Order: sequence, then structure tokens, then C-alpha cells
Amino acid sequence: MSRDDPVRHHRVALVGNPNSGKSALFNALTGARQKIANYPGVTVERKAGRLALPNGESRELIDLPGAYSFDAASPDEEVTRKLVHGEFEGEAAPDVLVLVLDAANLEQHLVFAQEVLELGRPTVVALNMVDLAERDGLTLDPAALSEALGVPVIPTVAVRRKGLDELIAAIAEADTHADEDAHKRWHLTLPERRLSAKHMAKGAILSTSTRHTIENGIDRVLLNPWVGPVILFGLLFVIFQAVFAWATPFADALEGGVGAVSALVTDTMPEGFVRDFLTEGVLAGVGSVVVFLPQIVILFFFILVMEASGYMARAAFLMDRLMAGVGLSGKSFIPLLSSFACAIPGIMATRSIPDAKDRLTTILIAPLMTCSARLPVYAVIIAAVIPQTSIGPGIGLQGLVLFALYVAGIVGAMAAALVLRRTVAQGAASGFIMEMPRYQLPRLKDLAIGLWQRAWVFLRRAGTIIFLVTIALWLMLSFPKAEPGESQMDASVAGMVADGLHPILEPIGFNREMSLALVPAMAAREVAVSALATTYAVDAADEEVAAEGVTDKIAALWSLPTALAFLAWFVFAPQCISTIAVARRETNGWKWPTFMVVYLFALAYVFAGLTYWGAVALGL
Amino acid sequence: MTLDAFEHEKSARITAVDWAALAEDEGKRLKALGVDEGAEVCVIHRGVFGTRDPLAIRIGRMTIALRRAHALAIEVEPA
Repeated sequence: MSRDDPVRHHRVALVGNPNSGKSALFNALTGARQKIANYPGVTVERKAGRLALPNGESRELIDLPGAYSFDAASPDEEVTRKLVHGEFEGEAAPDVLVLVLDAANLEQHLVFAQEVLELGRPTVVALNMVDLAERDGLTLDPAALSEALGVPVIPTVAVRRKGLDELIAAIAEADTHADEDAHKRWHLTLPERRLSAKHMAKGAILSTSTRHTIENGIDRVLLNPWVGPVILFGLLFVIFQAVFAWATPFADALEGGVGAVSALVTDTMPEGFVRDFLTEGVLAGVGSVVVFLPQIVILFFFILVMEASGYMARAAFLMDRLMAGVGLSGKSFIPLLSSFACAIPGIMATRSIPDAKDRLTTILIAPLMTCSARLPVYAVIIAAVIPQTSIGPGIGLQGLVLFALYVAGIVGAMAAALVLRRTVAQGAASGFIMEMPRYQLPRLKDLAIGLWQRAWVFLRRAGTIIFLVTIALWLMLSFPKAEPGESQMDASVAGMVADGLHPILEPIGFNREMSLALVPAMAAREVAVSALATTYAVDAADEEVAAEGVTDKIAALWSLPTALAFLAWFVFAPQCISTIAVARRETNGWKWPTFMVVYLFALAYVFAGLTYWGAVALGL
Repeated sequence: MTLDAFEHEKSARITAVDWAALAEDEGKRLKALGVDEGAEVCVIHRGVFGTRDPLAIRIGRMTIALRRAHALAIEVEPA
């Protein structure tokens, strides 16, 4: 499309350093109606929305990934560079640029600003977060800065909608010049830009006080070498409590709702394939997706608050030493933390890791973090085979075994990272360089928008996969139809797969029922429980009753070594097709997900086997 | 003296950076953050549980985290 094509609407892009308050400004300018997609070929998010101009027209507003420089050091920066230079395939360069600067960090942000202004495109500067600058004792002169930069400078406080009307008016004015040819400016070298940034910042700062910023005071506590980690682990404890305890009533309510709809369908529709397909396929699929939603929303809430307040960077700082021990960096901490709820958001969160090998390793070990879908399996098996004895004040044996399974996952993940970083994901020792943003009180509206977006992405990505897998497995379990007297599960395709699996799994102590339960558990691990219920012909009308029935059967029919081997299997096995599919999406191919599946199944087999043989040798 | 050995909470001026000792992207990132010859920096936090890794340094009005390995490649003098 040519620049003077009358039908083509101009596009406006926000560009600026990370931590310039760009996203808050984007939210304030576009409201909640945003379109989030991926840039083709890369896992960098493209955020776009509608910007209403004073004359009633509207423009597409794009929020470009934050960049320190066009000399790209990360995939994010590469996208921003290509896009503003018009080198991005299938996407024309933006016509108007809104350069977002942190008012309290002018000297730094003006370095990249000059690189942007060299493009010669119509540009408006948003001098953002002037309130925080004032808090730090800075008084600024926007007119002087405008003079020095040669473009309009509008002071804004995105989170309080201050200066937005003026900014939009300036964008509309710049928009009228969008069809003129770019006046490329003289190219400066980095030291030259730095020097002139220093001068411009000095000229724009009317007064500055030397009082300590509040960051110093807060960081003295939160980054204290002894107190800091204790606070972090306290916070993690609260998050875990919240994810597992607070979410339960909501998850139960959602499940109950799906169950009610399912019952209604059963009552109103005639018996047959369509009804079974709806209740056992479609609605069961919906149910297994929404049951995770409360946990994911609660987890995302905490992560968003940590990000928006500036604490996340501190958490990464505190965890870096530990992660460095296995060849990763503090940046892998958040994805791995998320994986305790579900590996899918965890793998999606690896996008914030700039180093490709670090990111790959984090994706490969994320499934080893004990996700919430394993809990029902652990709970049933532990209740069946581990006696409810106390081994100390307040410490039960059952709880201890559960804790040991979590630890086994973490230790396994760390050991895997150590090996992966020296073999398939070999590379230079990963670094850890990151800006620590200033502390800020998160704003409710930005949290709400972020929460909505992430929950929606989860529902769309994970939802569709879990949903389809559930239906496919239902078909595998339903066909071919059983002869009278034969169990449906035995006759089905899934049963035949289990027959094929059993000889392989027998040496590690698995019986045929267990092999059978592993097949539908590929949709979501917790399905293993209801699959066992079905095979043991337990009346599975109510999940809790089913779990109790299964517990009794397991206690009666499984030996202790067999049960322990099953637990060890679930610590390692990639028993979740959705995770594999998301890994494919995030690594752009089948190579790494295939590798992940193979190494995790191998680990699961070996450790389940070692557990079984060890337990048998000990005479358990 | 390297930045790693420099006194806590005292201003230091960078006299030289051994770019060859750093990965290319890391060098770029440090430069983009303003860590370069002539810049004034100040170490304000270090590691956890007595380890000296990583470091948080103040540069201008910004705080950045980096590893000891990076600090060892940065030569400084008292500012």
C-alpha cells in the first residue's frame, strides 16, 4: 500500500523504553478493547487498539515492545526495530510515533528517543509519569525539552488520565503531516547521543532535590541479603495458599454449573450418540477446562500485582543466585512459579526471557513443576496406600509424602536444567542484566485489563486444546462398542492402546488398569482418577464418591510398590497433550516438544521403575 | 580495580570495560543501559545469604541488576 492511498487509515504506534509506563498509557488511550495476537513467526505479542481522535475519526494504535535501542539485543527489540523501519513483512511502518519517556529517567530515555527521532517521522513525545518524577523531587520544563527535541512534548500521567486530551490533540496534529516525506535526521553515534541526552535532560530539569528516592528505602529491606529472601518465600507461601485454597469454592461452583447443564441435557434429550457426545464429550471437555480457571486467575492476579508494583524484578534478583547454580537466571523464576498452577501459562510466560537457550531450557523443565492437575491423582493414591499416621507434632506421613513429591519435581527440574544446559541447550553461561523499575501502586483498571487478557488467552489456547483432546479421547473410549458382557473400556480403541502399553509398563510394576488410566489422562492428569473409577466399575455419578471408591479399590488391589511407582510416574511423565501443544507453539516446531516428551517419559519410566524395584527389594 | 571489588554505596567512574569478556547481546544491553566508559555507577545491593552475586547498581536515576561476571569485566576508579 502506498502512503497516499486514500482508503488506508494511518496507524499510530507507541514506542519507548521498557518501564516508561507505555502499557498504562496504551490502556488509558484505548480502553479495554484491545486486540492481542502474535507477530508472525516470532513469539512476541502484538497489542493493538482503537484511538479516537477529536474529529471523530479513529486510528489503529499499536503498543510496540519496549526497547532500549534499535541495536537489538532481544526478540522484542528486533520486532520494534523492524516495525518502525517498515521492514516487517506484511506490516507497514506506523505513520505517527508516540515516543513515551519516563519523566524521572530522562537522561536514560532520551538516548533511545534520539534514535527514534532520527527516523524523521511525525512524532509526539509523551513525558509520562510526571507525578513520580515530582515525588522524586524533580521539576521539569516540557517547553525546553520540546525545543531541544524539535517535536511537541506533552506531560502525562497515564494512570490518572492526566494530559491525555492534550496528547490526543497533538497526535491528531501530527497525523495531518503523516503523508509528508520523512526528513531523516543526522545519524549520531551512541556516545554522541548519550552526551546530548545528558545536555537535554539537564536543560529540561528546572530543579532537583537530593532527597533519597523511596526505592532506596524499600529496597534496603526487600533486597536485604537475609530479610529479602524470607519475605519472598513468605509471599510465595501466601500465593500457594491462595491458589490452592481460595480457588476451590469457585472451581467447585463452576464444575457444579457444568454438571447441572449436563444433567439437564441428560434429562431432556433422548438417549443415544448425540446425547453422550454432548454430555461425556463436549460438556466434560468444557468442565475440565473451566475447573482450572479460578486457580489461573488467582495466580495471574498475584503475578500482575508483582509485575505492576515493580516487585517482580526484585524477586528475579533474589532468585538469580539459586537459578544460576543450574545454568539459568532469575528470569526463569516466574515461568517456573506459574507452572505450579499449570505448565501452560508457565511456558507462555517464558517469553520474557531474552536468552534463547535459557528460554528453551525453562520450557523443557516447566512440566516438572507439580501442577495442580496432579493433586487429585496424588491425593487418591496417597489416601489409599499411605497410612494416616503422625510422625511428629503436626506432621502427618501422608502430608510428608505429598511434600516429597513436590520436592522430587523441583529437584528433577533443577537436575534436568543442569544437564540440558550442558547438552542440547548448550550455550554461554546465561547472564542476568535487567532494569529494576521503580515501585508503583498498581492501578485496579490496569490489573483488570491484564487479568482479563491473560485469562482469555488461557481459555482460547489451552481451552481449545484440552477441549479437543477430551472429545478425541471420548471417541477413543466409546468406539468400537462393547459386546454384551464385555466392558466398554476393554473393547474401545483406548483399551487396545492400553493392551499395547501394558507389556511395556509391566516391568515397572504397573497393572493393566493403570496402563488403561494413563491413556485418557493425556487430556488432563486428573482424569486418571475417573478413568480408574470407570475401570474398577465404581459408580462415578459424583466425583468425590468416585474418588472414595477408587481409594478403597486401590488399597485392596494395589501393592505398595505399585502405588509408589504410579506416584513417581506422575512426578515426571508429560501426561498432558495441551502442554505439549503449547510447547510446540512457543518453540515454533515439533523438534523440542518431541524431545520434551521423549526425555520426560524416559525419566518417568526410569524413576517409576527404580521406585518399584527399590520398594520390592525393601520388602514393602 | 573492578566494579566487583569496589566499595558498597560509593560512587565509581567506569574507566574501561572488557567487552570481549561479555557475550555480544549482554554488551549491547549494558551499553544501552548506559554502562560504558565514563559513566558513574554505585553498587547498592549484593546477592542473597552472603553470596556476592548478583549486584544491583545505581546509574543515573536507574537501578540495574547484573552478575558478578559482568562486574568483573568493568574497571572503575573512585569518582
